[in-house]
Parts: sequence; C-alpha cells; structure tokens
Amino acid sequence: MKPPLLAFNKKGIYCEAADVYLDPWKPVDKAIITHGHADHSRWGNKKYITHHSNVPIIKHRLGEIEVSGKEWNETFTINGVKFSLHPAGHIIGSSQIRVEYKGEVWVFTGDYKDENDGVAVPYEPVKCNTFITECTFGLPAFKWQPQAEVFTEINNWWQQNKEDGRTSVIFGYSLGKAQRLLKYLDTSIGEIYTHGAIENMTEVVRPLSEMPETTRITRDTKKDEFKGNIVVAPPSAHGSPWIKKMVPYVTASASGWMTFRGARRRRAIDRGFVLSDHCDWQGLLKSIKATGAERVICTHGYTDIFSRYLREIGYDARTEETQYEGEMGEEESKSEVEKEN
Amino acid sequence: MREENQDRELSLQGMRDFAELIKTLDSTNKTTLKVAALTHYFKNAEDKDKVWTIAILSHRRPPRPVNTTLMREWASELANIPLWLFEESYHIVGDLAETIALVIPPAEEPTEKSLNQFLQEIIDLKAKSEADKKEYLHQNWLSLNYYERFVFTKLITGSFRIGVSQKLMTRALSKATDIDEDILAYKMMGNWKPEKTTFNKLILEENEEDYLSKPYPFYLAYAIDGKVEELGDVAEWSAEHKWDGIRSQVIVRNDELFVWSRGEELVTDKYPEFEEFVGKILNGTVIDGEILPFPKGKIGTFKDLQTRIGRKSISKKLLEKTPVILKAYDVLEWEGEDIRTKPFEERRKILEKLYAEVSSEETPLHLSERISFKNWAEVAEERERAREEKSEGLMLKRLDSPYLVGRKKGDWWKWKVDPLTVDAVLTYAMRGHGRRSNLFTDYTFGLWDDERKELVTFAKAYSGLTDAEFRKLDAWIKKNTIERFGPVRSVTPHHVFEIAFEGIAESKRHKSGVATRFPRMVRWRTDKNIHEANTLGELRDLIPD
Repeated sequence: MKPPLLAFNKKGIYCEAADVYLDPWKPVDKAIITHGHADHSRWGNKKYITHHSNVPIIKHRLGEIEVSGKEWNETFTINGVKFSLHPAGHIIGSSQIRVEYKGEVWVFTGDYKDENDGVAVPYEPVKCNTFITECTFGLPAFKWQPQAEVFTEINNWWQQNKEDGRTSVIFGYSLGKAQRLLKYLDTSIGEIYTHGAIENMTEVVRPLSEMPETTRITRDTKKDEFKGNIVVAPPSAHGSPWIKKMVPYVTASASGWMTFRGARRRRAIDRGFVLSDHCDWQGLLKSIKATGAERVICTHGYTDIFSRYLREIGYDARTEETQYEGEMGEEESKSEVEKEN
Repeated sequence: MREENQDRELSLQGMRDFAELIKTLDSTNKTTLKVAALTHYFKNAEDKDKVWTIAILSHRRPPRPVNTTLMREWASELANIPLWLFEESYHIVGDLAETIALVIPPAEEPTEKSLNQFLQEIIDLKAKSEADKKEYLHQNWLSLNYYERFVFTKLITGSFRIGVSQKLMTRALSKATDIDEDILAYKMMGNWKPEKTTFNKLILEENEEDYLSKPYPFYLAYAIDGKVEELGDVAEWSAEHKWDGIRSQVIVRNDELFVWSRGEELVTDKYPEFEEFVGKILNGTVIDGEILPFPKGKIGTFKDLQTRIGRKSISKKLLEKTPVILKAYDVLEWEGEDIRTKPFEERRKILEKLYAEVSSEETPLHLSERISFKNWAEVAEERERAREEKSEGLMLKRLDSPYLVGRKKGDWWKWKVDPLTVDAVLTYAMRGHGRRSNLFTDYTFGLWDDERKELVTFAKAYSGLTDAEFRKLDAWIKKNTIERFGPVRSVTPHHVFEIAFEGIAESKRHKSGVATRFPRMVRWRTDKNIHEANTLGELRDLIPD
C-alpha cells in the first residue's frame, strides 16, 4: 500500500513525497506554515514557507528565520508534489495549504472561519479529496451572530461604561482578535488604548489592513487618561498588576468560548462577547461540503464528537492527534505580557 | 440593560425583562450591581411577575411538568441533531437548559408573553398529554430568543444558580418597598404559593393567620478563623457539639406540627416520629435543633439519615430501622411569644425546662447538652472527642447572644474538627460542569491495595484547587490520557493529592469498601511520587469503631 500523501507523526503533518512538514510542532528542516499563531508557527525550523503577508508576523514572533513568502494560488513544486496557499479567513495572512500529487488533492486548513471579517482575506473553499480540518467549535452549541451585531453590542457596552464613568477593558489575543476589535470599535465614543503586546503586533500588520489610531500604554501613561476610553489587552493581562492603572474599569472578553455562561464566570470577567476567528458548527459543515471531499480528518477541537457526526452523515471521517490548541493556544504566554508590566 | 431600560422605566413586563434581570444577575460578580438590578426590577415590574420572581429566587418553582429525558429528545429533534450529539453537547455545556437554548435556532417572531403567564402555563402543563407537552415546548422554544429560551427552560427544569441568595433578594426587596429586611425574610418564609397569593398579600399587607406555620429565619454561624482564645473570656461562652444532621425548626402551634429544614422546606411529613410532640409540647413553641438518625438507640451517621431524606413516603420498616430524633439546642418562641431577643442563656433555661417536662425514654426529643469547661484548653479537648460523639466539632455561642437572622459574625461560631486526610493518586478525569465545562476538573482518586500493587478507586473530588492549578492539571490530563470512556479519561498515574474528608464509614457499595463524606483536594503534593500515596488499609484505620 502506498503511504498517504499527508501523515501525522511525532513532529507534525508530514508529506513524505516532498519531505516537508505542515505546521510542525517539533523542529524540522522544511515547514509550510498556515498562520502566525504560536501553536501553528513554532520556533526552530530551518526553513519556513508561508504566505507573504504572514512573513512579517512570524518574523516578529520568531526573530531572524529563513522564510520565503508565496502569493495566494501560487503553485510551488517540491519533489514533484504541488503546493499552493489559499485564504483561510482566520486572521491576517492565514492560509489553507493545498497539496497535490499524482492526481490526488489534500487540503489542510490550519485554522479558518467562513465569515468575512473585513480584516483577513476571506476564506475560499478549495476542492479536494481529503480535507484536514480543525473543529475547535465543532459542537451544535456554537452558533455565531453576524459580527456587525456583536460589534454593536461591544460599542454599546463601551458607551454605557463611559456614561458610568468607567474604563472599558476588552481582552482578545494580540494577533487577530485584537486587530478585528480595533477595526470596528467606534472611535466617536472615545480613544483606543492598547497593551504593548497588542500594539507591537498591530504595528506589524498595519500595512496590511486599515485600522484606527491607537495609543500605546506605557509607564508614562497617566491614570486619568483612561476614563471613558477603551483598552484592548491580551487575556493574560487580566488580574495582573498592569490593569490596576485603569481603575475604575469593567472587563469584557471577545471569544467563541463566551458562548458558555460558565466560561465568562470562570475567568471572572464582567461581560462576554461571542466573537470567534473559527467556524461555528454550521460553518464547519458548510465548508466541508463545499470542498467536495469524501474523506475528512479532524485535528483539534471536539474532534471525536465532530468526526462521529461526519461519519453518520456519510463522510469517511476520523480524528488525528495534533498539538494545535485552537482558541486557547492563541492566548499569549504570561511572560510575553509580563514584559509590559 | 442599556437603553431599553430607560425606555421602559415605568413598567417592566414580560419574559424579556425577567430574562434581562437574570442575565444581569448572572453576568456580574458584584453584589451592589446585583442588588441594584433586583431593586430596579422590584420597583418597576408588574405585581404578579414580582411575586413569581420572589418565588423563583427562593426556590419555589412549580413542579416539573416534563421529565428531562423527554425534553432532551424533543430538543434534539427540534435542533435537527441526533440524540447522542445533543447528549455530548449537554455534557460539555454542563447545563441542560443552556444546552437546549444553544442548539435551537433563533426565534423568528419573539413572544411578548409575561412571566406569570408563562408560569401559569407551566403549572397547567403538568396535567396535559405528552403530545400537547411536546407541542407546547416546541412552540415556545421557537418563539424565544437565546437567553429567554434559557430562562424559560430553567423555569421548567430546575432552580437558578445565579449567585443570588435569599438574603440578597431580601435586601433588594427592602430597598424597593421600604420594609425592614428581617420582616421581609419572615414574610417570605413558609409554604405560600405564588399562583395563589398577590404581592400585596405576601409582602405589603400584615396578615396574622398566615403566620401559623411560619418558621423564623435561621441564625447561622461562621467558622472560627483565628485562635479560639481570641473569643475572649471563656466564662462568657457556652459550648456544645455540632451535630451532623439536618438543621430544623420544629413548630407546635394550634395543635399542629410543622417541621422546617434549613433550606426553608416544610418537611413535616418526612418525620412522622415528631407528631407526638403535639399535645406534649405546649402550643406556641418553636424549637431550633438538629434532626439526627438514631438507629439501635444510638446516633447514626449522615449516611443513615440519607435513607430518610430522599423518600417521599416513609415505610414502617424504614421507621423501625432508621428512626430519627430532634437534638434540641434553642427555643425561639415560647408560650406564643417570640423570645429571640432574650439572651441565649435564658432561652436555654426555657429549653431545659421544656425538655425535662416532655422527655421520656421514647420521646424523640433529646437535648444538645452543654459542655462544662473551665478554660479554652478544656474546650479544645472536647473538640478532639467530636468523632467519638459523632459530631462535626463544636458550636460556641455567646451566653448573652440574641438569636439573629442569617449569617452574622460575632456571637455564634462553629469550630469543626480538622478533616481526615490521605494522599491519593489521580487516576481518572472528567470535564467539569457549569463554569468549568471546558476543563477537566472532576477527578477520581485511587489508593494502593494492601500489597501496594494496584490503585483502587476510593473517592471523587472536584474542589479545592485554584483556577490556575485546574488549568495546569487540565493541560497535563489532555496530554497524558491513556483511554477514553465517553466523557471520562483514564490518565497515567503520576500526580499525588492530599484529599481531605469529613467523615468515613464502611460501605458495601464502594469497591474500596469505604465511603468518605465531602472529599476534596487540599493540596497538590508535587513533592510526592505515586509510591508515597497511602494504602486502603491506612484509610480503613481511620474508620471510628
């Protein structure tokens, strides 16, 4: 039996025919990277290949690395295997990886969402035989509202806090969610302040998407500047000494996990907005259907449940263990935030 | 909340406003905000809805009209998903009403029905046919939006756990009506039915005859946090054992008996033994005490009592096997007079007199004896004897203390014995419920068999770690799973935890042969390896004779 085009081994998703890894979690010689979140683009690979808009992002994260940038739909061939990158709509610079060899096509999504958020290049379904999909939110309990509705709620919340004389502090991971928030915050209400980790990343992606003016919070930022304004911070800033400067403040989190009443309470956050950079249940099902794939491999999320359901509705579906963490993995490590304190 | 509230300042009505109230209460941890939201609601809602709100927040919901198995089936049908997928989702969400609210598509035409209308329908639903019930639920699930659907389903399935205590609600009601909190607490006790009363009758009016069955709000003690000596002069204190049963008030008025548990539940029917108090104890008497199991003429364990708690009808056989007694420790009403403001010492004298007159071999009234001591050291010595006495420790009461309402610091303290502990190995993990639904936080622990060859499950625990520790352990569990059994994972035996528990008894139902009461994690013993964990034999040694 010939080996599968893509196999899951200890280091990552491996294409033996090309001797290349996709989003490896252990250092390898050659890695094709879907996007800049830490669980997908790890340190230590000799050579990185990714979409060119992701190049500045992973350079910012990983320092001096050898990396080559590709265009959307640009085919590059390694040992006779054809690769190309296609928009995944997850965050700026996020791609799906299409792999074609001897007439067989596999697509690996990395992370993706089917809603156009106006920041990332929108997701495009890619026809394939085998679809390797994430399913972070692969449960029927997850159902996103259109983002316009969520942002109305967020801006109303900010407005109300301003009227109550409080500072609004909203948490979102620094790459992706933070820029999506920045883009749609209503600057007629007040000013936007950013945590250093977020400002650093935003500076990197500003050339790629238009975003309103922000003020970086530094040691010199005065306490009384914040009142009525909004602060965008990474989740791990919650409960740190850094946030004390914003008193009196109200906290909110923007994440798919906010679907669960319990998730907000567990994090001791005042308000939860359901806003995700992943597909919801219907989004996953629709996307899978659009690929025309007969075989589906579920990587991270509610994999067992989701693949069982897929099998029930007629797909040849299974689960593979990976070290991707979905929306959890996108939250910064503490140390990255502590540098700012 | 936002602008809708300002638009509808004058009259809040409908399920939407009630759902909005619950959402506000549920989305803040700040007491002041909760009280403000409730006060606003009590000032502006329709009277009938207010009565229902009081009823719901004091756990007086209508009897469940539909069993949850059917609700699961009907909800999965409406959501167009297989039942197993609904069940898996429920497992992860952790709350049935929340799961139902999440999986059903959004409402097309939201309803304007009031809260009391919904509740009347829910009451009437019980007698309907299964087909009608299903139709009713399908129709209403589809006409409500997410949060209202959640609240509606909660009204049918169970109580709201949204961090609103009765005390907090009473405070808000007091702010809204200008009636004293203690009076309100008293008015809201007892066996009233929201569908049969009005806001006027329940809260605003004075109404003598309603008071016949009414208990007094319980006075609750805090756990002692410092050194016992800090309570001051030992001569100002009374001590007795802290009994491990059901805290109750026994009321005899007008030749009728009423037994109330601390959850403000009328449980008279469950304890027919106490019927003989009528005629023996004078009318106009309220005793505060503990219901204790008394098999074979000795105080039993809480496990014995559990055989009585759950039962709707009490068989003669059970009455013989596990009779109960009332261990009395206070009198709140005597000769029809509320004597709660009299000092504890005086009330005790009345109690002892009452006891002397009533007691005989068979009467199920016992006195919670006062302990005699000369100094704090002697009190501490008595505390060490708690397990022998089948008590949980001591209660310390200031001799001159009145009987207060609710949990107040200063006059009454509970001084529990230190829990028993063993070091055990984490063997299985399951996702938590509610606020911990996406973490593995429910654990099973094993101890070594006596040959130290195999780990035998002995207890489950899910509290006692910090959120950070839970997260760390969760990540470890996900990476060290051996096997999955539905929601449960077996993990590599590696971590040792110190497990504390309140009581221990032999049990045939447990594989280990031992049942522990209220086991919880007290420390993550990262300093120990699994071979240093305790054995079952060592656990059995802790069982009192």
